[in-house]
Amino acid sequence: MAAPLGTLRECREALDVGATSSSALVEQSLARAKACASLRAFVRLRADAARAEARESDRRRARGEVRSPLDGIPIAVKDILVRAGEQTTCASKILEGFVSPYTSAVMERLEAAGAISIGATNLDEFAMGSSTEHSVYGPSRNPWDAARTPGGSSGGSAAAVAAGIVPAAIGTDTGGSIRQPASFCGVVGLKPTYGRVSRYGLVAFASSLDQVGCFARSAEDVARVHDAIAGHDPRDSTSIPESAPRCADALDGDVAGLVIGLPREYYEPAGIEPGVLAAVREATGALERAGAKLREVSLPHSEHAVATYYLIATAEASSNLARYDGVRYGHRAPGAKSLSEMYRKTRSEGFGPEVKRRIVLGTYVLSAGYYDAYYRKAQQVRTLIRRDFEAAFRGCDLIATPTMPETAFRLGERTEDPLRMYLSDVYTVSANLAGLPGVSLPCGFSSGLPVGLQLLAPPLEEARLLRAADAYQRLAAHHLARPPEPA
Amino acid sequence: MSAIGREDVERVVALARLALDEDELARMARELDAVLGYVASLSRVDTRDVPPTAHVVPLATPLRNDVPSAPLDPEQALANAPEREGSSFVVPKVIEAEEEG
Amino acid sequence: MSAPPHPEYEVVIGLEVHAQLRTRSKLFSPAPVTYGLPPNHAVHPICLALPGTLPVLNAGAVELAIRVALASHCELQPRSVFARKNYFYPDLPKGYQISQYEEPIATGGWLDVRVDADARRRVRLTRIHMEEDAGKLIHDAAIAGGGTHVDLNRAGVPLLEIVSEPDLRSPAEAAAYLRALRSLLRYVEASDADMERGNFRCDANVSLRRHGESRLGTRTELKNLNSFRFVEAALEAEIRRQARLLDEGGRVVQATLHFDPASGRTRVLRLKENADDYRYFPDPDLVPLVLSDAQIESVRRSLPELADARCERFVREHGLAEEDARLLCESRALADFFEAARARHGDADVAKWIRRDVLHALGEHGLEIEASKLAPEALADLVNAVTHGRVTAQSARALVPELVLSGGDPLRLVRERGLEAVSDTSALEAAVDAVLREHASHVERLRAGEEKVRNFLIGQVMKRTGGKADPAALRRVLAQRLGEEAP
Repeated sequence: MAAPLGTLRECREALDVGATSSSALVEQSLARAKACASLRAFVRLRADAARAEARESDRRRARGEVRSPLDGIPIAVKDILVRAGEQTTCASKILEGFVSPYTSAVMERLEAAGAISIGATNLDEFAMGSSTEHSVYGPSRNPWDAARTPGGSSGGSAAAVAAGIVPAAIGTDTGGSIRQPASFCGVVGLKPTYGRVSRYGLVAFASSLDQVGCFARSAEDVARVHDAIAGHDPRDSTSIPESAPRCADALDGDVAGLVIGLPREYYEPAGIEPGVLAAVREATGALERAGAKLREVSLPHSEHAVATYYLIATAEASSNLARYDGVRYGHRAPGAKSLSEMYRKTRSEGFGPEVKRRIVLGTYVLSAGYYDAYYRKAQQVRTLIRRDFEAAFRGCDLIATPTMPETAFRLGERTEDPLRMYLSDVYTVSANLAGLPGVSLPCGFSSGLPVGLQLLAPPLEEARLLRAADAYQRLAAHHLARPPEPA
Repeated sequence: MSAIGREDVERVVALARLALDEDELARMARELDAVLGYVASLSRVDTRDVPPTAHVVPLATPLRNDVPSAPLDPEQALANAPEREGSSFVVPKVIEAEEEG
Repeated sequence: MSAPPHPEYEVVIGLEVHAQLRTRSKLFSPAPVTYGLPPNHAVHPICLALPGTLPVLNAGAVELAIRVALASHCELQPRSVFARKNYFYPDLPKGYQISQYEEPIATGGWLDVRVDADARRRVRLTRIHMEEDAGKLIHDAAIAGGGTHVDLNRAGVPLLEIVSEPDLRSPAEAAAYLRALRSLLRYVEASDADMERGNFRCDANVSLRRHGESRLGTRTELKNLNSFRFVEAALEAEIRRQARLLDEGGRVVQATLHFDPASGRTRVLRLKENADDYRYFPDPDLVPLVLSDAQIESVRRSLPELADARCERFVREHGLAEEDARLLCESRALADFFEAARARHGDADVAKWIRRDVLHALGEHGLEIEASKLAPEALADLVNAVTHGRVTAQSARALVPELVLSGGDPLRLVRERGLEAVSDTSALEAAVDAVLREHASHVERLRAGEEKVRNFLIGQVMKRTGGKADPAALRRVLAQRLGEEAP
């Protein structure tokens, strides 16, 4: 059985001293992916392309032309970012066979950094879900317990990193789709500030909430990947023009004097699994012992975040997914006699039940007579939620919360109860509504399953966020724990 | 009390160009009803004089200079087409009654 | 103006004009704006609504919109918002059209419209907003299975929608308004405003009410009045239809109608009861368009002198009759033509030549001044030659149609055709003597005081010289030969 890959830093150091080659790393990564096939972390491997790119990287290294700390490192990318000449499906039947003629900004940046994608990872269809069960390819599994979900929607990417298939992976986060699977799989997951990473070439779910981010096992590794993909892109009108400071340079292990806010609404014991609460308290305690100050803060509109999120996200999704009409690309239902029949059959066959549910909800909340009561109201509450954070950050530098109120749940447990699935996003959606950067990092275990600590920062303060995360990882080694080998 | 009726669901499903069978419609109505029941809690929030947030980025929209780029190679533009004829996409006949409706 | 056909009703018309903005690239995509290419030869991934594509607003389109708004006295909004108008149709690749809805770029404003020689009417504008055009569908019975072809070359081309208040009271006023608007769009070079090429399209809202009634009647919407010739016919047909309904005690039902030029009748396309639910909401891919005062001022400074101001100046500076000035200023190209000709010739009497000869020649062929092959400088040279007696007005005028349609150097043409005026006294004396001999009885009558016979004699000399006699010289020689003055 192929051994798991080390951290990104370990891989890079081995490359730098000539102890390994990119080709060897890519082979190991591909073999590991095969050994872990039961996790269904990947929907497609790009073995030949990855091998060719690894040879190129090795040649560059031999010439002394290393592009970046990611050069030659195997990574994985969620199957929702397009790349010219290759398939992108978003785990949906409606995009079956779709080959993009252009490349996403994130893929361009990764390529420019020399990173090598070994394949596309599994997800909930169009990133709509919290369990990676809503995939046309079937569910991904949690490396810590194959009967459980890795979380979602970026479950494949989180599982691939946790299982040591790749040292880092790319995901997207609309309501927690990076942080929640990071928490469930015991890895680090960063959702950057809205607008920090270009959405050009990211297949849209909810445009005002979607953000591309990454997974790795350490905060330092996450900083390296984030530095590679962050920055302004004139092709995305919501891209932030300020240049992105290098986060990797900010990791000095110092948290002395850092004020960490603990929102009282997020620590209501009634809603949290006791083992999760204990692990999170232990983690904030460790930061306090290292010199950080803990302070209670309040985010009074937190209880409305999930409702606000689902109204806005589904409304935007219903419009974003109108383009899948069987006219220019993707699936078209055969044998339709008229245009309207073609539309209805194509979309009904092409979308899975969760996507249809959200399209219908989103269409409803935007429709005549309901717009003000639902969509406009949600946008107003969104303002209040933003203001809560602005007020809280006047009294603290970071906010610490559990990422999830629980550990990974069992596959199949919630597919029949969508509302319950939505409610578990209670701690993650606010960061998307307010556009804030957030990271989830492993902070221990509850009944043998990983628990995530979520840190949130004011907009564009990724460096502050990752400095604290890195400092914590110098104090506690939870991120180095490995799941059992797959059966 | 249910927040959404069967007729509403049918109307919205048609508006979204989906087709659901009887069972699916019933289930959709049930699930939407639960979700709408939940989100109804927002009506308790006082939002008088609160401006809506459509974007979290406090930006003015960037502008692109009016310089055309080379168009996509037509073969690439058509490469994913489920049905084509020459360089046109082809769709089943548009019947007037369904125009834009 | 003819009497209205239904005197008991007041006609109320409001127009919505869609003008294609004269940009090189599309509104939200860098694809080129072209005309006449084969289907889908001018598209970018954005125009195809490929997954992951994002809109970026074209600065050129914004500038042209500002120009039109300033020229029509609108109030420019410091902040305007692009919304999504959601509906399914194969010519609309995204499943929504990006259009300004609740917050357009400009509001208010007016246009002065000349209904006939002495009637002017100020038509108020409701708003001006930017939006993208749809593609083209080709319904071809010859296509196997009766399919419809989709061409997206036009998809995303920038349009300006200019909405008038219901201030128009007759089809003739509506047509006059459209002419004025077209002239304005061309003046500020915002649009070619060519109806035949589809870049100036008009929808009309029409209602009738009894005179003295202050409430508006139920209106219908006439779609796609896509030819100048049909606008009046279509409006008249719809007014007839509504008047007949009301006469018979019926009521007008809100509906969208099409005009069928073949039958000369309007036809109901759909009733308002099944009105579309467009689910407008702000496009989350685009943040608000913000205009600064400096930006607006800079566009204002770049505006050309507009028709009204220019017309006043023509009267003031060049001493033109108001009627001539107004006519010349209807089109910027025509006014430019006049000014160029006047500058060379040095006298405003070229206006007469333009109006009487140049425009007449063009009009015969349905052409406008832009199509003239006769340059304004060449016209000035020809008029100069007439003024200096080198060619007679009669000969010169006869040359104009040819020059306008085929071009050429007028003075060379005069020489080549031997059209130089005969002012050589001996040649004239011979011709006059011959005429006096032939028409001795007329000479008697002239001598007896019948002055009008002089013109007959002059005409006879002209005839003899093939119209080349210089009129002044001819009069002089005739007087001498008749012994009226000394040689």
